[in-house]
Amino acid sequence: MSSASIEKSETRKAWCFVAPALAWTVAFFVLPFAFMAAVSFASRVSRQTVYSWDLGNYINFFSKSYLLKGLFVSLEITLLVTVISVLLAYPLAWIIAERVPRRWQRAALILAILPFWTSYVVRSYSWLLVLSENGVINNLLLDIGIISEPLQIASSTTATVIGFVHFFVMLLTLTIYSNLIQLSPNYKRAAFDLGANAFQTFWHVILPLTLPGIMVGAFLTFVLCIGDYITPQILGGNNELVLPQIIMLQLGRRADIPTAAALSIVLMAVVTIAYLLCLRWLKMERT
Amino acid sequence: MTANLELQNITRTFDDFTAIDNISLKIDAGEFIVLLGPSGCGKSTLLSIIGGFLTPTSGRVLIDGKDMTAVPPSIRPTTTMFQDYALFPHMTLRDNVAFGLRMRNVGRSERAAKAEGFLDMVGLKASAGRKPHELSGGQRQRVALARALAVDPDLLLLDEPLGALDMNLRRQMQDELKAIQKDIGTTFVHVTHDQEEAMAIADRIVVMNSGIIEDYGKPTDIYMYPRSIFAAGFMGEVNFVPGRVTAEHDNEYDVETVFGTTRLSTDSFTAGTPNVGDETTICIRPEQFRPASASDDANRTTLCQAEVVDGAFFGTHFRCHLKPENAPDLILVAHMPQSTQLKAGDRIDVLVNPSDIIAVPPVALAS
Amino acid sequence: MRRQLSAVISWSYFVAIYGFIFLPVGVLVLFSFQDGNLPIPPFNGATWKWYAEVFADDKLTSALGNSLMVAFLSSLLACVLGFCAAYGLARYRLPGTAFQRVLLTAPMTVSYLIIALGLLVVFNWVGIRLSLWTVGIGHVVINLPLCFAIIYASMGDHQKNIERAARDLGASNLQIMILITAPILMPSILAAFFLSITFSWDEFIIAFLLSRFEVTLPVEIWSLLRSGLNPKTNAIGSVVFLISAVLLVLLEIFVFQGRSKDDS
Repeated sequence: MSSASIEKSETRKAWCFVAPALAWTVAFFVLPFAFMAAVSFASRVSRQTVYSWDLGNYINFFSKSYLLKGLFVSLEITLLVTVISVLLAYPLAWIIAERVPRRWQRAALILAILPFWTSYVVRSYSWLLVLSENGVINNLLLDIGIISEPLQIASSTTATVIGFVHFFVMLLTLTIYSNLIQLSPNYKRAAFDLGANAFQTFWHVILPLTLPGIMVGAFLTFVLCIGDYITPQILGGNNELVLPQIIMLQLGRRADIPTAAALSIVLMAVVTIAYLLCLRWLKMERT
Repeated sequence: MTANLELQNITRTFDDFTAIDNISLKIDAGEFIVLLGPSGCGKSTLLSIIGGFLTPTSGRVLIDGKDMTAVPPSIRPTTTMFQDYALFPHMTLRDNVAFGLRMRNVGRSERAAKAEGFLDMVGLKASAGRKPHELSGGQRQRVALARALAVDPDLLLLDEPLGALDMNLRRQMQDELKAIQKDIGTTFVHVTHDQEEAMAIADRIVVMNSGIIEDYGKPTDIYMYPRSIFAAGFMGEVNFVPGRVTAEHDNEYDVETVFGTTRLSTDSFTAGTPNVGDETTICIRPEQFRPASASDDANRTTLCQAEVVDGAFFGTHFRCHLKPENAPDLILVAHMPQSTQLKAGDRIDVLVNPSDIIAVPPVALAS
Repeated sequence: MRRQLSAVISWSYFVAIYGFIFLPVGVLVLFSFQDGNLPIPPFNGATWKWYAEVFADDKLTSALGNSLMVAFLSSLLACVLGFCAAYGLARYRLPGTAFQRVLLTAPMTVSYLIIALGLLVVFNWVGIRLSLWTVGIGHVVINLPLCFAIIYASMGDHQKNIERAARDLGASNLQIMILITAPILMPSILAAFFLSITFSWDEFIIAFLLSRFEVTLPVEIWSLLRSGLNPKTNAIGSVVFLISAVLLVLLEIFVFQGRSKDDS
């Protein structure tokens, strides 16, 4: 066999390996995406999907306040959750990396992850239990005497935020922790050696070097939080709906797939913008 | 600036492992000291104790006469150059070097100027605005040096800084370190396992093994007059010949070996005056042998007759293995002169100058 | 003195956060034993009756079975596809490798809601009926990138040399892949497999939108929620938690623990 034909058969073999996965991704991811994009240019007229190929749904989005509000609520909640989670997770990651003995660090992480290894639905339900009017929190506060009437925590944006923070603190702890332990211990030693105290070492050396871990975690938090339907639906109450809930509404009652599709594209656009910003930031960090 | 260092009875244990065993050492201000030894001998541990990153289990560390044993690294007048340099990746070279000054509340423009001065000293002023990842290993090391010196320490501690460099770069850096040290006068304590490096740069060498000091002195002294078998063997190739002191005559002693009796002066016994009847080990460096045909020194006497086992030309010398007639198990390594032409099977007389020979106590049997 | 204060603060924070993390699960499990009709304080006493009800509930148990089946099959397929793709891209030079990698890992960055919606549109258009199979298809879509990424990342150069040695000794490509590459990569493959099972096992939105009559467990639990707070929901939730926790511990012991020993 000539070397050219050997190469050809090698390449063909390679394609055989990769083709199935590619085919699956194209058929069940790319194609649906394209379809959805196409449908977003249609509209639902008397139970039929009519392809008008205009930006009608998108214009609706920006003009109908309840649709646009969904986006703002989503962004608001997501940003709040991201900030709170970072602030809570960093100390925990630091404690596990620096205070917990090496041998037990893995166990500490596994222990922290364990409660999240349960069904997402179930977990949100559990928070409902905890935060409801006669739930554990209210009972505790009433018993101690801090409040005289049960607080309405469940079925509110606060509950949604608590539910989200609960999950994302764990995620951020993981990303920040893995960043922390990769740092050479000599960075701290060098900083001390040159006269820095513990706070200065943290502020000038450790914190900047863990920014990548924070950013990766924050980005994941943003993406997962803004696209989540379950937690807001269970914990959020009916006043402030997030974008995923509004999308589901279009599907449920009105079977309005075109609008749902358009809203989904908007959601995707927001996530993509966040992704590009993140990349931009990473590139800046390099230089 | 500079200061002297004194270690008094330093011991450091980790659980049941003794890393440093009752070490005492005095270093003068302005000296370039090298801690030399194999992996695990405790040299890095000792350096960490001097730098304040470890506290000794017992003993004291005195810098300039003051007890610094419990003083943390940030206050101690020492700075350390770490093996992986530990340059802060997110800061420019200038900010790296200026870091110590910033911690001492030096103003922005003043510390930038000072930092650039130190970068200039190591030849990297032009790169002051770059980040560490843009530099090569050798360049990063210089920045680490500049950063350590920028805070004007009394002692600079270097933890195997040249290990990651290739041969040429290493030689070059050795010269530069030596020159810089002479220039600024700070006491340098440098850890390495490379005896050639130690001899090249040290004012004095501390040879360590298993937590104790085997020998301490100038490079020539340690090489030519080592005080223990370990020190002798670590500094370079050496031939060990077991023997016993059989008689004493004035300032000389007879030592009985397989090669017969050799008369050595007291000076040859580097570990102290021996007693008649003591076991001792004769050390002869390979370059101290001569074949009878090439001896230019009237003081050389014939040690033995030997058969050449093999030989190879090494450029600066001719290296061969010799099998003595009266001790066929004791293969000697010899570095004969360049022009020597010997081949396997040749029988020669092996000459050596007795004043080149030294005698050290034999290795104590493990208890 | 300062050290002790900082230690006290650290450990207090540690305990507080862990308390926060375990609070909902703790409440869930505790009140699954509630001898009463509402899973809220006060706790009346322990009883197994809700667990009994769970296992007597046909809908729940069949949903449990469905979940396991969908998880297992979709993860298996995702692993096989991902392994082959990783092998093809890592071992051979193909045009557009970077683009293919991006394409294969892209679904990881898209919200599951959108993936589900897209599939819904396509299935409607083509006329495929919704069922557990469509759920499975969706789960392969979300797990394939994961499997591919994990296995691809662990196909390093040192394995290349082992494979070259095998080829030198006369093995065919297929033999190499099955006898050499797969066993060496087994830790990564297993990690990918178990992670996929975990993600598929408690995935909700795709299962919700793409199934009709036969449902998976999360969807069934969702309908339970419609009926308000009920210790039975606690019970099934605790069962799910237990299974997931066991999965995690198994994953840690058999896959990651072994790996970390090799890394040293």
